[in-house]
Amino acid sequence: MSARNPGMELDLGWISKVQVNQPAVIRHAEQIQTRRTVKKDWQAAWLLRAVTCIDLTTLSGDDTPSNIHRLCYKATHPISEDLLRVMDMHDKGITTAAVCVYPARVADSIKALKAAGCNIPVASVATGFPAGQTPLQTKLDEIRIAVEDGAREIDIVISRTLVLTGQWEGLYEEIRQFRQACGDAHMKTILGTGELGSLTNVYKASMVAMMAGSDFIKTSTGKEAVNATLPVGLVMLRAIRDFYWKTGNKVGFKPAGGIRTAKDALTWLMLMKEELGDEWLKPELFRLGASSLLADIERQIYHHVTGRYAAYHNLAMA
Amino acid sequence: MLGPGGRVRREPMAESVGAGPASVRGIYEALDYGPAREGVGPAQAWLDAHGRSLGHFIDGKWSKPEGRETWVCKSPATGESLATTLQGQQEDVEAAVQAATKAFENWSQLPCHARARHLYNLTRMIQKHQNTFTVLESLDTGKPVTEARVCDMPLIVRHCYHHAGWAQLMGVEMRGWEPLGVVSAIIPSGSPLVLLAWKVCPALAMGNTVVALVPPTAQLSALLLAELCDQAGLPSGILNVITGAEALAGILATHPAVDAVAFAGSAELGRSLRQVTAGLGKRLSLQLGGRTPVLIFESADLDSAATGLTETLSSHQGLLLGGGAPLVLVQEAVAGALVQRLKARLGALRVGEALDRTTDVGGLVDEVWRAALQAHVDEAEAEGAEVFQAWAALPAQGSYYPPTLIIGADTTSRCIREEVFGPVLVVLPFRTTKEAIALANSTPYGLAASVWTEKLPLAMEVACSLQVGTVWINGQRMYDAAASFGGCKESGFGCNGGKEGLYEYMRPSWESRIHSRATDMNYKTFAASSSAAPFPVPGQAKDPPSGPTQEAHRPSVDRTYKLYYGGAQKRPEGLSSRPILDSTGHLMAYIADGSAKDIRNAVEAAHKAAPWWRGRSAHARAQVLFYVAENLGLRQMELTAELAALMGVTPEQAAQEVELSLERLFHWAASCDKHGGALQDTPLYGTNLLLREPLGVLGIVCPDENPLLSFISLWAPAVVWGNAVIIIPSQRYPLPALGLCQVLDTSDLPGGVLNVLTGDRDHLARTLALHQDVQALWYFGSQQGSQLMEWASAGNLKRTWVNCGARRHWEDPAQGAGEEFLSQATYCKSIWVPMGDVFAS
Repeated sequence: MSARNPGMELDLGWISKVQVNQPAVIRHAEQIQTRRTVKKDWQAAWLLRAVTCIDLTTLSGDDTPSNIHRLCYKATHPISEDLLRVMDMHDKGITTAAVCVYPARVADSIKALKAAGCNIPVASVATGFPAGQTPLQTKLDEIRIAVEDGAREIDIVISRTLVLTGQWEGLYEEIRQFRQACGDAHMKTILGTGELGSLTNVYKASMVAMMAGSDFIKTSTGKEAVNATLPVGLVMLRAIRDFYWKTGNKVGFKPAGGIRTAKDALTWLMLMKEELGDEWLKPELFRLGASSLLADIERQIYHHVTGRYAAYHNLAMA
Repeated sequence: MLGPGGRVRREPMAESVGAGPASVRGIYEALDYGPAREGVGPAQAWLDAHGRSLGHFIDGKWSKPEGRETWVCKSPATGESLATTLQGQQEDVEAAVQAATKAFENWSQLPCHARARHLYNLTRMIQKHQNTFTVLESLDTGKPVTEARVCDMPLIVRHCYHHAGWAQLMGVEMRGWEPLGVVSAIIPSGSPLVLLAWKVCPALAMGNTVVALVPPTAQLSALLLAELCDQAGLPSGILNVITGAEALAGILATHPAVDAVAFAGSAELGRSLRQVTAGLGKRLSLQLGGRTPVLIFESADLDSAATGLTETLSSHQGLLLGGGAPLVLVQEAVAGALVQRLKARLGALRVGEALDRTTDVGGLVDEVWRAALQAHVDEAEAEGAEVFQAWAALPAQGSYYPPTLIIGADTTSRCIREEVFGPVLVVLPFRTTKEAIALANSTPYGLAASVWTEKLPLAMEVACSLQVGTVWINGQRMYDAAASFGGCKESGFGCNGGKEGLYEYMRPSWESRIHSRATDMNYKTFAASSSAAPFPVPGQAKDPPSGPTQEAHRPSVDRTYKLYYGGAQKRPEGLSSRPILDSTGHLMAYIADGSAKDIRNAVEAAHKAAPWWRGRSAHARAQVLFYVAENLGLRQMELTAELAALMGVTPEQAAQEVELSLERLFHWAASCDKHGGALQDTPLYGTNLLLREPLGVLGIVCPDENPLLSFISLWAPAVVWGNAVIIIPSQRYPLPALGLCQVLDTSDLPGGVLNVLTGDRDHLARTLALHQDVQALWYFGSQQGSQLMEWASAGNLKRTWVNCGARRHWEDPAQGAGEEFLSQATYCKSIWVPMGDVFAS
């Protein structure tokens, strides 16, 4: 991860000035999809880069040590060695960026990764994920425990209540405390954008989260009705850029929820490239929160290398 | 894109594409975009099938007459030669017009449903060949292929469907209207096919046939379109396409069998077409260029505005559809923030080969533009403006120009005054809304504008105050077949799209086809001075004066008729008079002999009154007209007697004319608050409003027939729709009009809204026609006068409505108070209002 974001004083004047025109943002999102594309070798290379940005995720009630173990192994070997070798990419150490699990599964993950001899970080969701409707003290304890168990990244969720009722100071204070509780662990702040009511609120919440010291801002938990959409992404990237222009601090972006196809992954990468530039195309500043995405990318790469479409059973399961 | 940019000229960067074979390994590090060239197979196959040598498409077949020069049609971006085309000649025009004339006989007589089926079939055929069209369009105009695919083709298809629909509905919706006949469509070099579709679809749908003239340098897609008409089973000869130089435009436009000229292109050629077709009785519509002002307020979503602006740069250098490069007016408080965003966006644009799917900005359509463009940029810089150019994006080869930002140029600068064709944005700050509107309106053009603000009252007020044909609110470049699109001021006249657009290709059923010949007249001298009007010498009249005789011992009090402008009776500047004789040739009165200076004064007075008048509600304007009618009613007897004496008609006839005049005032007063606009059904998620906007200051020249009725029939609709009017009543019978001036004084009509000037009709009309600040002119007089009016109107491209000397039956409501009065008194403004804030769950 890149240098940490120290945050800044809450600047309500700045936040209040924001204007977001939704139809125009939607149009811009459509434009990016029609006007940018990558083909052939470019597509393969971009997809491999996408793999390195994935937070390979499982967040289910039925997670057990065995599927966590499989997930971690897949994270360390996301693309079959044979395929990588054909593309001369086998020595690039391609892994996913992290694995992302519930706090109770952090220890399992650390163990599995250690067994696989891999040093990628474990990210843990926290603070009453996904709804964030637990008492503050519980949320803070949850973060501390996850960090004690070895999580190096914490994906916190914000209280949507505070956003919808306009309590920006409260939101700022809460995230500040989360950040303190994270200690050295990097903090990704999940906005739950599908529940924020408007794109204007998405911008404001993004900005407050960055002012409060988030290292990443993240769209969704994956549990809301609407998750990572391009218009939401555009607005969050605007906020990241504005924050950078103002403070010089680079904050990362993580779309999550509903990203299932290789094409989705490419679109998000292009969005990053267009809006923030090449620096934001690396795992230090860009993550894709996804579970089934990797399988589709691997299939596309299989096709690129062999010229044949893969059956799911041709590739290892996560 | 976040890095600083600047006008430091750097060597263009070779992407890993150019530098030898790219490897996944290399790309993985750089993560650049690779080539994504569109497959050109179908388009090349079509060209090959024609042996790469194309002729005209006339009467359902290819025609390659002997002895024509050929022209190598090259792709502007790559210089690759695509095919040869013919340099058409006069005989080719003849053949095409003949084919169209012959085809018109059947096509115009087909049942509406049959025409609708034909157009539906054509639409389906176009859809089947969309890819060929897309690639061909990109190949021969240099338009980015994605632009052609995503914007142009869907629009063309939409136009075809929409107008197939109008063909079906014509019998019901256009009752009382008939097709014009043969329509000539003249399209400029490098223009998108959309432009042609805009003319061809409504013309065909309404039962006309078309001869399209396209430049030999480009527009192969027009030939493909004509060929597909044939394939789709449309009758031969309804769409003929000939290729040829600009010189052919005049020949086609003035061809005796051509009924209408639908032109898109340069103002220069537009003006010349206006002049050469003067007096020929042809319908003319001009779609000329312009400058699109983009007004960005501090309440705007600046990022979206910046994105929208950069998007316009990819629209094929803004050619024609949206006018030249946009003029960005930004509120001073946010100017810095906007410029910062624009610089970042410009740097991220991809300039390159048109056929690459990731190209945002293609090459210059014509290399000659470069010098002009560079001159504009250099001049602005020399005048102290900041110039920012995104050089990094430029490919090593090809006729490309870097996306450019000019910040803070003076309003006198050429980069602000003139059309600029190229990927250039000129940014100018403003302080207040009032100033923004003034700056946006202070150009000779009036095509389109956009307004960026999140404040609804601000957006709507600005949209209504801009003198343009289209306003996009928080967006750019939205077009649709159901929405009218057309310019005002020097961006031309005549609207495209929607029901309004259909009228361009129709005439009222009662009107016969006019094919008049132009008179060989000397425009410099014709009506250049006021003709002498000698008063009668006593004793020369044949009969004794009729009517009431003077009482021997008590002379009547002299009645002096003056000019009426600015709400007051004014003595003519020339201090001279003209005699008015009654039906027996005896002197009835003297009227003021107005001159050019009086016209000048009246136009000034009209402009003073116009903004306030147009701002009144329709209800308020109607009230005034009703009040005029009321006061006219009080003087009905007196006017009747005067009319009878003047014209030598029976008292009953005179009474009927006064009665009808009063009714006509009621008619227009009643209409005023019924037809102000409409909603247009476009695919936009939001609203599209059609507003009928007044033209501004309108000159009207009245005929001699029915001097009271025609006078009222003409000014009433013009005034009630919000124009300020300068009207020249019948030269022979001006007294009824002058009598009415006193009625106006007592009817709350604000001074300057209606100005009545008497004198030598054609001389006064000439002055009006040549006046740069008169927006439209209606002329009902002689054929020669009509010719002069159309010729003289070319100066500021004012809209004209002339009768070519043909008589109109003013008593007939269809002729004296038809729908055409409304469309002639207003121009259409489309306001696009996208909506949406409902978000997620």
